[in-house]
Amino acid sequence: MKYSFFSLSRNAVNYHRDWPLAWRSPAPKPHYDVVIIGGGGHGLATAYYLAKEHGITNVAVLEKGWIGGGNTGRNTTIVRSNYYLTENARFYEHSLKLWEGLSQDLNFNVMFTQRGVLNLAHTLADLENQARRGNAMRLNGIDALALNRQEVASMVPALDLSPTARYPILGGLLQPRGGTARHDAVAWGYARGADARGVDIIQDCEVTGIRRDGNRVLGVETSQGFIGVGKVGVAVAGHSSVVAGMAGLRLPIESHVLQAMVTEPVKPMLDTVVTSDAVFCYVSQSDRGELVIGGDIDGYNSYAQRGNLPVLEHVVGAAVALFPAISRLRMMRLWGGIMDMSMDGSPIIAKTALDNFYVNCGWCYGGFKATPGSGWCFAHTIAQDRPHEINAPFTLDRYTLGRAIDERGAGPVPWMH
Amino acid sequence: MLLIVCPHCGPRDQVEYAYGGDAKVRRPADPAAATDAEWSAYLNERDNPAGEHDEHWQHAMGCRRWIGVRRNTLTHEVVSTWALQPAKTA
Repeated sequence: MKYSFFSLSRNAVNYHRDWPLAWRSPAPKPHYDVVIIGGGGHGLATAYYLAKEHGITNVAVLEKGWIGGGNTGRNTTIVRSNYYLTENARFYEHSLKLWEGLSQDLNFNVMFTQRGVLNLAHTLADLENQARRGNAMRLNGIDALALNRQEVASMVPALDLSPTARYPILGGLLQPRGGTARHDAVAWGYARGADARGVDIIQDCEVTGIRRDGNRVLGVETSQGFIGVGKVGVAVAGHSSVVAGMAGLRLPIESHVLQAMVTEPVKPMLDTVVTSDAVFCYVSQSDRGELVIGGDIDGYNSYAQRGNLPVLEHVVGAAVALFPAISRLRMMRLWGGIMDMSMDGSPIIAKTALDNFYVNCGWCYGGFKATPGSGWCFAHTIAQDRPHEINAPFTLDRYTLGRAIDERGAGPVPWMH
Repeated sequence: MLLIVCPHCGPRDQVEYAYGGDAKVRRPADPAAATDAEWSAYLNERDNPAGEHDEHWQHAMGCRRWIGVRRNTLTHEVVSTWALQPAKTA
């Protein structure tokens, strides 16, 4: 059913008792043209664009838990494309453009608000680096504004802008078109859109093995039985190494835990997203009034979906130093998500050494904002058996070929990106 | 909070340590003779298991020596630790 003012009015008359389910829960068929492993935002978006852009509708999305219950529901919902390197800029800008039309495209309100993403500069070196990145962004056709201290002060008065601040603020780099979206709505909207085009979304269906015949994948063993496949796409974020390992592949990926948290709700105090690369902290305010705070990864391999206190203390300390007014707020929730940290900090959307097995991984911290672009590019790669030019640089073999896309310049040390 | 037993100093808090990653990675014995694929595998590819993982940590705020740690990546339990270098004798 299309959501519209008319359907809302009609269902209001019936006290909202007659809304149909937004997607079906079918039993798996014995064979699909394409099976997507992982029912998060990326997997669902891939299925949606496979059906919408490429007309491939005999598709199943297999999810071991419930859709959107992994990293899709464990991020800080920030959307931006403020990248320096051309490969990243083109990909994330493509994704941002999809975000801008996503609610209309899906007929589902993903609550994307372009409230701006502001990077703070604390030193002269930060200012120079931001000028360089901002200029690179503008050359790539992405909006970027360098703000001075007064402009930051008028935009975010809650920041500690005093000369004696723990982290003095000299200016900032603003991407006005950046913002936030409602993460659950993204998963639900893509699920509903894919389902309406014939995609089977199968929850509570864990992939336990991958059956191969030489260089071809024949199907996947799951907790609901064997499913034959034409092609398999893997979009399982933190568990990429585990699933690829079932097919006998080793990936340039390490899994690390990243923590995020929300405070108790307060009245509106922050109408943009404030980030600081220097102290590694990012803060925004949700529609419910909670301050959403995220920081750095804990820094050691983990699949635990929970972090430890030292990094938490650092992140909270940084947030309180930036926004002294929040020092007495209580934390409501704290959680960890498992990041698929790649060796150059950039994603992989690519074919593999196997004929019909494709991977979408290495999202590091940046998976949420990439959701539409990732699904769009991955669908193209699977449907056409070759990457789109936008994701052509994000191959698996770029590490061997010396074509790493290393935004931070940290080298093959995943916990440094 | 991780409590890691340094084989040289005893049990210490994780904040005294720096992480050094997968302990099973082996640098090719003769780098000049290694193929691009072998060198890339050494630099980039990892087992990345969900479960017990052998890794290097440096006791950076203590004796500054590198140690081996077997840790469970699902539970964060530190299973065992060992010295990488023999203890110095006087």
